Amino acid sequence: MLRDQDRIFTNLYGMHDWRLAGARARGDWDGTKEILRKGRDWIIEEMKNSGLRGRGGAGFPTGVKWSFMPKTIGDRPHYLVVNADEGEPGTCKDREIMRFDPHKLVEGCLIASFAMGAHACYIYIRGEFFREAEHLQHAIDEAYAAGLVGKNACGSGWDFDVYIHRGGGAYICGEETALIESLEGKKGQPRLKPPFPAGVGLYGCPTTVNNVESIAVAPTILRRGAAWFGSLGRPKNTGTKIFCISGHVNEPCNVEEEMGIPLKELIEKHAGGVRGGWNNLLAVIPGGSSVPVLPKEICDNVLMDFDSLREVRSGLGTAAVIVMDKSTDLIRAITRLSRFYKHESCGQCTPCREGTGWMWRVMERMATGNATVEEIDMLEDVTRQVEGHTICALGDAAAWPIQGLIRHFRPELERRIKEYHSARSGRAA
Amino acid sequence: MSGPGTTADQPANFAFSAENVERARAIIAKYPDGRQASAVMPLLDLAQRQEGWVSRAAMDHVAEMLGMAPIRVYEVATFYTMFQLKPVGKHHVQVCTNLPCWLRGSDGVAMACRDELGIGFGETTPDGMFTLSEVECLGACVNAPMVQIGDDYYEDLDPDSTKRLLKALRNGEKPKAGSQTGRQGSAPAGGPTTLVDVPAKQGE
Amino acid sequence: MPKLTIDGIEVEVPAGVTILQACETLGIEIPRFCYHERLQIAGNCRMCLVEVEKSPKPVASCAMPVADGMVVHTGSPMVEKARKGVMEFLLINHPLDCPICDQGGECDLQDQAIGYGFDRGRFSENKRAVKDKNFGPLIKTYMTRCIHCTRCIRFITEVAGVPELGATGRGENMEVGTYVEKALSSELSGNIIDLCPVGALTSKPFAFTARPWELRKTESIDVLDALGSNIRVDARGAAVMRVLPRINDDVNEEWLSDKSRFAYDGLQRQRLDTPYVRRDGRLQPASWQDAFAAIAARLNGVDGKRIAAIAGDLADCESMVALKDLTAALGSPNIDCRQDGAKLDASVRASYLFNTTVAGIEEADALLLIGTDPRREAAVLNARIRKRWLNGRFPIASVGPKVDLTYRYEWLGDEPRLLTDIAEAKHPFAEVLKGAQKPMLILGMGALARPDGAAVLAAARRLAETCGMVKDGWNGFNVLHLAAARVGGLDLGLVPGKGGRDVAGILAGAEKGDIEVVYLLGADEIDMDRLGKAFVIYQGHHGDAGAHRADVVLPGAAYTEKNATYVNTEGRAQETRLAVFPPGEAREDWKVLRALSEALGHRLPYDSLREVRERMLAVSRVFAHRDAVAAAEWGAFGTDGALDNAPFVSPIENFYMTDPISRASKTMAECTALFVAGNQRKTGTHG
Repeated sequence: MLRDQDRIFTNLYGMHDWRLAGARARGDWDGTKEILRKGRDWIIEEMKNSGLRGRGGAGFPTGVKWSFMPKTIGDRPHYLVVNADEGEPGTCKDREIMRFDPHKLVEGCLIASFAMGAHACYIYIRGEFFREAEHLQHAIDEAYAAGLVGKNACGSGWDFDVYIHRGGGAYICGEETALIESLEGKKGQPRLKPPFPAGVGLYGCPTTVNNVESIAVAPTILRRGAAWFGSLGRPKNTGTKIFCISGHVNEPCNVEEEMGIPLKELIEKHAGGVRGGWNNLLAVIPGGSSVPVLPKEICDNVLMDFDSLREVRSGLGTAAVIVMDKSTDLIRAITRLSRFYKHESCGQCTPCREGTGWMWRVMERMATGNATVEEIDMLEDVTRQVEGHTICALGDAAAWPIQGLIRHFRPELERRIKEYHSARSGRAA
Repeated sequence: MSGPGTTADQPANFAFSAENVERARAIIAKYPDGRQASAVMPLLDLAQRQEGWVSRAAMDHVAEMLGMAPIRVYEVATFYTMFQLKPVGKHHVQVCTNLPCWLRGSDGVAMACRDELGIGFGETTPDGMFTLSEVECLGACVNAPMVQIGDDYYEDLDPDSTKRLLKALRNGEKPKAGSQTGRQGSAPAGGPTTLVDVPAKQGE
Repeated sequence: MPKLTIDGIEVEVPAGVTILQACETLGIEIPRFCYHERLQIAGNCRMCLVEVEKSPKPVASCAMPVADGMVVHTGSPMVEKARKGVMEFLLINHPLDCPICDQGGECDLQDQAIGYGFDRGRFSENKRAVKDKNFGPLIKTYMTRCIHCTRCIRFITEVAGVPELGATGRGENMEVGTYVEKALSSELSGNIIDLCPVGALTSKPFAFTARPWELRKTESIDVLDALGSNIRVDARGAAVMRVLPRINDDVNEEWLSDKSRFAYDGLQRQRLDTPYVRRDGRLQPASWQDAFAAIAARLNGVDGKRIAAIAGDLADCESMVALKDLTAALGSPNIDCRQDGAKLDASVRASYLFNTTVAGIEEADALLLIGTDPRREAAVLNARIRKRWLNGRFPIASVGPKVDLTYRYEWLGDEPRLLTDIAEAKHPFAEVLKGAQKPMLILGMGALARPDGAAVLAAARRLAETCGMVKDGWNGFNVLHLAAARVGGLDLGLVPGKGGRDVAGILAGAEKGDIEVVYLLGADEIDMDRLGKAFVIYQGHHGDAGAHRADVVLPGAAYTEKNATYVNTEGRAQETRLAVFPPGEAREDWKVLRALSEALGHRLPYDSLREVRERMLAVSRVFAHRDAVAAAEWGAFGTDGALDNAPFVSPIENFYMTDPISRASKTMAECTALFVAGNQRKTGTHG
């Protein structure tokens, strides 16, 4: 188990003062100026070396992403945009960072912006996180007052402004280009790529969009060194990660753990185990609603990191672990997610706009059994018609949970259909 | 929910209060020159805080303030679920029924709301005190089930605590937001399994 | 230039080109719904997916720029699967009402479904139903058919510049519309009917009247403004059923103004379908013979100087040359084609043309508008100005009416003296023009059709010269006409001969009794009360102002009923073609004049269209080249003089009604009531 001294988010549960004084006591804003003095190249190199992969779900190496920004600032300003539009069902980690450790994020914003030549940063926080935005704004105000951000931030000579922008209730804005559109005052409809944000992003300027957790861990990584971070976890899956364990566990919680921790250990050590014991486990969605569900036999041994979960055809996603015990109507559970994706589809492109509604309606019938066995294959085929054919990944996210269900629980779907029809014919007889 | 949910009882006009004009000015100043359209969501939110909902007149006013075509503002207002395009009750009770909440009993919470308030989703009590809505994941999944009322989250609910909460609001009390079981943030209910021995500074 | 391989064929295309465009150079057609070459790329329909090697997912070819070494497959199993999937998604919520859909026969969805659709549906849920919208008198909506391609939104926003359409709501509940019930107020709104790939937006006046395959299609030219938009006239039997734009990148691209598209019902109303002779104070139907006899009787012995002729705004060149020849034969120098009294100078062609050309606007880098409201005077040309403006670095200023032109411009005022100030560099905008490489001005009839018009013309010429608008390879001096007939009339010299009277002189003469006979060739816009006791012959197609005043009416043909030449504001000679026959006794106009000339004993020397056109060519070499523009030589024109203080105003108060055809149109009357009389309701929602 990860030692407490290797944990980054030391106020994850809000047991201590979240304001500047408390943050400083926990080591935030310590030597920030020195970090900046080492220069942009050093920062980006160190981030690359740490092996940090984006904590928003896609797992793209953060340092590499930063290196995509133009090396010199041309006539267009650079922007850092922080994705705090946390909305993937099961995920509630960025919220804790913003309300209990906001200075980690603000400091990370300064360092990341400096490394990418950005004088301004917008933190796009989901609108429902009103209290979290209040804490974050307070932290920003404190940072301004203390000279940590603003003109000549931390005495570094770098001018830096950071602003909060509250969203309006749309899951799709967690997609980076939809977020940029939304920040520009439009509907959150994803943009076509190319061009990529690093070339043409916010206001047509070079922009990098990073998840809250990715940015908030950066100061600690740079203070303690890439080697330290890289020593945790497994190769290409390094460091620590906040896991959100929800559903049928005895003690749902967030916890920061080492990447690659076995799923079973994670649940049993921190979440009080599966309700009714490990053998009562039915399935786990290991990385937020978008990733395919895993049956118990895979959960028994799987490790919690990007590559391990990929090997079992699921994903780490946001590391939101949704646990379901044997009492769960799994078909209904996945149907609920299908309804969510139908509700959150932006409507822009055909396969997602039409496909999410279709998939959900078929799933509703699957949940009651009012379907045919052949329709299981048809549904699977429809998910394949959506997957990979849309502008953004929402279409994929809507397809995968159903694919996971069919892959691992097809007999359950068939049984439900048979029961439905035999009940009806029984009644008719 | 998305889609036009407009009502015939639209006020003829809208203007920000003097205080909100100042707030609007500060919001617009956050964005670069010529990019004031960025302020559309914050200004619609401000209008909603003032009016209780977002009227057509408010949308048109925001469009004019920001130099946007009104249709662009309508698009935004109808895209994002937080903008209420018809009046809502004083307390807008938003029940999350997404998977993590559902697994931990959001059906019971929703039923408790219906029982206590006597209304279903999408309805407002006759006295205008409560509007009940079903919403998607609000991002407090390890504290499920939960509801949002106004700007606050109420977490770790069960049917009884839900009813207590609504009663308190009806009585004009200000119930404490956050976990209704007294849990520390998102730590395990039985107490943290980590961060028990936090050093003064990291790595020390 | 990047080199790529498409379906095994190597091709080199310019950098920045999309895969779809590269495919088109090879003649490989990529199906599409949202993509349109004149609109911004949306990439939302996903029909144009192709396989690109090394890309794990199929790629939207409409949006993906080519790269060197790319290997593209447009017919691979991956592509087929993707397109069939998209097609199925588009169809699941699309109604199966093709038999009663007006788009039937020209529906992209229908066409593509033949290639990519399944022969049966797998969708067993309820189909979506969407409430229809009220977009006004021109566009019928059937929103359940909408496939959300957003072409209409992009057109109205980008090209028309009147952002009233959007997509509200989200996901499967997203609806295209105005949100607030509102008729589309753009003068170009009808183009969204053409752009809509399905039957969601169709023509309201055309609704349920005909199937496209039963229509006779005739390529022609529009005459309801002076742009000369290229059109196709669709007819059935004796009736014009609809008018559509034809592509001509030099003139109208593929757009058409709402007046030009929808005024066609006016072709069937208030028509003059038989000659009339006024007897006992009332116009009575008559035979051609009787009508000619009445004219011959009245003209008998009248001195040519007491005869006058005015050519109207819709007159074609063939009839104008005949009118000119007949007037001359009668010994009259009193002829004019400028019924609004515009002080245009027929002696220098460059003085009355849109010399820059319409397409040339896109090359210009500064623009001064003088006494013009191009949005109402030539809506499609205005879209070209907006297109140029959207490209950036195009300062525009206006001396004239302060109106919404759909683009930003600096309003300098409306006083004529500003022209002198700019010409003499006393106004800051002079610097802008002088600093430009290709500055241009557009001079409207609002600046010329006034008593000091000749002085304004001279001032504009001086301004053009001092501000560097006229130089080798560039002529930035432009006159924007309102009348389709005007340039042709000037080219043919329909201006007063030596000692002759212009329109003002003719009217003054008629009032005083010095002019005894006035021949109106489709001239309806003059003040008929001032014709005094003159004997008025009206030749034209509509019972408008001229016919009401006339003593003899000779029924002519409308532009859809004759093969005739019109020269547009650029000086481009183009031809209308007979789509339907003129009604009743009405005849092509030059033939009427030819027949009359014989009755008057002054037989015109041409018996066929070819011979009339030879005569036109003898008058002006302009008619040697059809569909082309030749640069006109610069010269001195206008008359220096004092400029009046009266402000410049646009002559067009009502875009929808400017001529006898549009004035006879019920559709245009509805638009007038809605948009001009200001009846567009500001309240109400569609919710």
